[in-house]
Amino acid sequence: MQDIKHHLTDALLMAYAAGSLPEAFDLVVATHVSLCDECRARLGAFEAVGGHFVETAEAAELSDDAFAKTMALIAAQDGEQIKAPAPRTDGIFPTPLRNYVGGDKDAVKWRSVGGGVRQMILPTKGNASVRLLHIPAGASVPDHGHRGTELTLVLQGAFRDETDQFGVGDIEVANEDLDHTPVAMDGEDCICLAATDAPLRFNSLLPRLAQPFVRI
Amino acid sequence: MPVANGQTSTDWIKEIEAIRDTKDHTAFARVFGHFGPRVKGYLMRSGTSAEAAEECVQEVMVTLWNKAHLFDPARASVSTWIFTIARNKQIDVVRKTRRPEPEELTWGPQEEPQQDEVITLQQESQKLGDAIAALPDKQRDLVEKAYFGDLTHSEIADETGLPLGTIKSRLRLALDRLRHSMK
Repeated sequence: MQDIKHHLTDALLMAYAAGSLPEAFDLVVATHVSLCDECRARLGAFEAVGGHFVETAEAAELSDDAFAKTMALIAAQDGEQIKAPAPRTDGIFPTPLRNYVGGDKDAVKWRSVGGGVRQMILPTKGNASVRLLHIPAGASVPDHGHRGTELTLVLQGAFRDETDQFGVGDIEVANEDLDHTPVAMDGEDCICLAATDAPLRFNSLLPRLAQPFVRI
Repeated sequence: MPVANGQTSTDWIKEIEAIRDTKDHTAFARVFGHFGPRVKGYLMRSGTSAEAAEECVQEVMVTLWNKAHLFDPARASVSTWIFTIARNKQIDVVRKTRRPEPEELTWGPQEEPQQDEVITLQQESQKLGDAIAALPDKQRDLVEKAYFGDLTHSEIADETGLPLGTIKSRLRLALDRLRHSMK
């Protein structure tokens, strides 16, 4: 486990536990939790709240043959035991992310978006989007604000902005109150998993006209 | 179908262990009889039709049968574990794809959860339930809305007011020991 300083908010963990996040956010939360036992424990607490609501739910009668049908479904299986997916032992992408990329960082199909920055948009349903970003060491993402929520999870390298520095495993949760200019730290290129539920809003005309990302 | 009354959360753990160890149909029928209708009620309250909920309950119970060996009573009560299975099934049905889940952590071959850890976690789950029941109506209403899908993440307050500190600390300890056993 890395030394993670920036964690998920209670609101996001509760919504993930309840199952009400869009798929793009689910992916970022599941990836962060794979790296962060503190948030895994907090998530477990929120799931216990869900357990309470199942335990106290008003019982809805099942049809008479529900149990027989279930036993028939079980009998129809090949009987092979489900194995827990083994936690990864190599690479930088936790399993949930690997499942979307089809492998680790070597498997990413990067597309240039200008200024040396590359991205891969991952296919998800719902009204939020998620992408992998590759930002060269020392390069920046232009000053931008947000209409909705933006989650940025660091998988390699580090970036800093007006608020703090973010290393591997750290997640920045940004909302409409935050205008920031993330800059990849020197030394190593930064790879992030970033999800947003609204288009970014850039604060100067140039990046809007040119490309979403430019180098300083 | 047998319906169990007055079962405690540790009794339910024994039923899951019986399903895991001996494919015990009677234990499975008891779990089904207790949790099946509750899961259906839960799903219907969060907007699933009665017909779809009925089908979902069957799939949840098949998953429970198949995954009994992955249940960890040091990290969840049986009702919490069943909640996570039901929630995932519900999302799978809507999206037609698997919901992304964190990497699973399981005990190494030499280790398993200690009995005192299991008991403490089950007690904490019970206390949490009592605390939720004792919340002021307005506050409990907000939490219920969040869990039954009536609030988006941006509508959920960052201060939920839920007393989750103790159960979180217990889970953290269990995870630390589990990580150690995986090495």
